[in-house]
Amino acid sequence: MNPIACTGHGLCADLLPELVGLDEWGYPMLDGAPVPGELMALARRAVRLCPTLALRLEPAAPGAGRRRPAAGSDWRVMP
Amino acid sequence: MASHAGRAVATEAALAAGAAARRAARAGITSRLTAGWHEAGGPATLREHLQRYGPLPQPGRNRALIDAVTAAGLTGRGGAGFPTGIKMRAVASRRGPAVVVANGMESEPASEKDKALLARAPHLVLDGAVLAASAVGADSVHVCLPRGRRRLAEAVEDAVAERERAGLDPVAIAVRALPHWYVSSEESALVHWLNGGEAKPTAVPPRPYEKGVGQRPTLVDNVETLAHVALIGRYGPAWFRRAGLPDAPGTMLVTVAGAVRAPGVYEIEAGTRVGDILAMSGMAVDAGPVLVGGYFGTWHHAEEVAGVPMAPGPLRAIGASPGTGALFPLPADCCGLAETARVLAWLAGQGAGQCGPCVFGLPAIADDFAQLAAGRPKGPVLDRLDRRLGQVGGRGACRHPDGAVRLARSALSAFAADVRSHLSRRACLAAWRGQPRQGVLPVPRPAGDGEWL
Ligand SMILES: Cc1cc2nc3c(=O)[nH]c(=O)nc-3n(C[C@H](O)[C@H](O)[C@H](O)COP(=O)(O)O)c2cc1C
Ligand code: SF4
Repeated sequence: MNPIACTGHGLCADLLPELVGLDEWGYPMLDGAPVPGELMALARRAVRLCPTLALRLEPAAPGAGRRRPAAGSDWRVMP
Repeated sequence: MASHAGRAVATEAALAAGAAARRAARAGITSRLTAGWHEAGGPATLREHLQRYGPLPQPGRNRALIDAVTAAGLTGRGGAGFPTGIKMRAVASRRGPAVVVANGMESEPASEKDKALLARAPHLVLDGAVLAASAVGADSVHVCLPRGRRRLAEAVEDAVAERERAGLDPVAIAVRALPHWYVSSEESALVHWLNGGEAKPTAVPPRPYEKGVGQRPTLVDNVETLAHVALIGRYGPAWFRRAGLPDAPGTMLVTVAGAVRAPGVYEIEAGTRVGDILAMSGMAVDAGPVLVGGYFGTWHHAEEVAGVPMAPGPLRAIGASPGTGALFPLPADCCGLAETARVLAWLAGQGAGQCGPCVFGLPAIADDFAQLAAGRPKGPVLDRLDRRLGQVGGRGACRHPDGAVRLARSALSAFAADVRSHLSRRACLAAWRGQPRQGVLPVPRPAGDGEWL
């Protein structure tokens, strides 16, 4: 997540409450934990729909390379 | 026997104070950067400088200096303590010409060392910048200073002109005057401003060493770090390691103020015990807790910190770090909570206004602290503070919020007894000795112009 770009819309928390909490001012808190496989589709959607493009999915393991986010467990929504 | 230096007035008193100073002076290895400071009223001229330190070694694009700096074990003196050799190597290994930025902003109000160094020994800093530039393949150096310090900028500009007349340097040196906020001296903010933008931190990566000034690989180093580079270039890594600890070699500049008889800038061997530094500057016997490392630092009881060496490893063990090298024992008639509240309020106003947790979180935390300090809490202030301190850290683009959180947390623990007293009796422990003195920690007025460009 790019904290400069983020303006606290909170859309990501609506779409992905399992992974994204909001602080008392409405800004997302992410724990950087790997995205479980069953949430990958939702996570990708949250990244795509963020109005300020402040979110990004990143491979969690260094060297996981540029694979498409597939299996899920080595990808995380980046704080 | 300049074992240390600083504000001229500080020197005499400090010399008289304590065996620690005499020991250090006899060892003769702690007047490296500060050699001759106490005789000089102003900046050393190029001639004096070259007489004192010898000629500048022939700069050249080679890895020898990088190897020497790495072997010397020099770490950054700007606060983060990153190994300088590794950073130089990272810049040198990128393609294309590089840029060197000397960070002389010294935003930290509790620190005076960079101003003192630039005002007394500008050529040492410039030597280091020029040597580093040649080593990493840079053809230009930017010396960044805050806009408000005109006299300092003039002194450095004069030194640059002197070198130009002497035809000394193979690289161009420019002195730049930046808008001055606490965060405008963070490295990505310097780069952004040098590229024509606002002096605000940018989201990293790319980091300056990858893509910095003019999209070129950029080495950003603190001015004291560069002064050490100048000496390592001349005398080598084995000499550098004659002072300090094996894993914290060399000397470092520290700024001591607060409840001391001889405030000022001192050069110490890294690893000197904090208690010895405080004794050397004549700390009052009834001083309160000590702020270690500046406004991103931590408060500690004197007994806790006195025996700890001033070096990253040993300080880490008590949750502290040398930071900018500032030490500030709190005078007995001051309230640590009130002082911390003022600093937090100032820090909250010094952010770049870009990241939600910093924009909303820091003022909220500062406000909670002000309620604590005044003994007028609205609701469960400690629970609220605890939650907020847990939420804000690590969530800005730069480490500004993390530093403020660290300071606030350490104040709550070092002044735990005061917290109880403020909440139960609306009064401070310092108030038992009369009205607490206010405004002891220096908090500059906010930059009047409000400029970031
Ligand atoms: C909010 C903030 C303020 C900073 N201010 C300064 C400063 O005034 N001077 C400085 O040298 N480094 C400052 N730094 C650290 C720089 O970003 C950078 O790490 C440093 O200049 C690198 O030099 P060094 O490796 O020689 O220490 C600051 C960092 C942060 C997060
Ligand atoms: S964390 Fe604060 S100071 Fe740092 S970039 Fe964000 S808003 Fe600016």
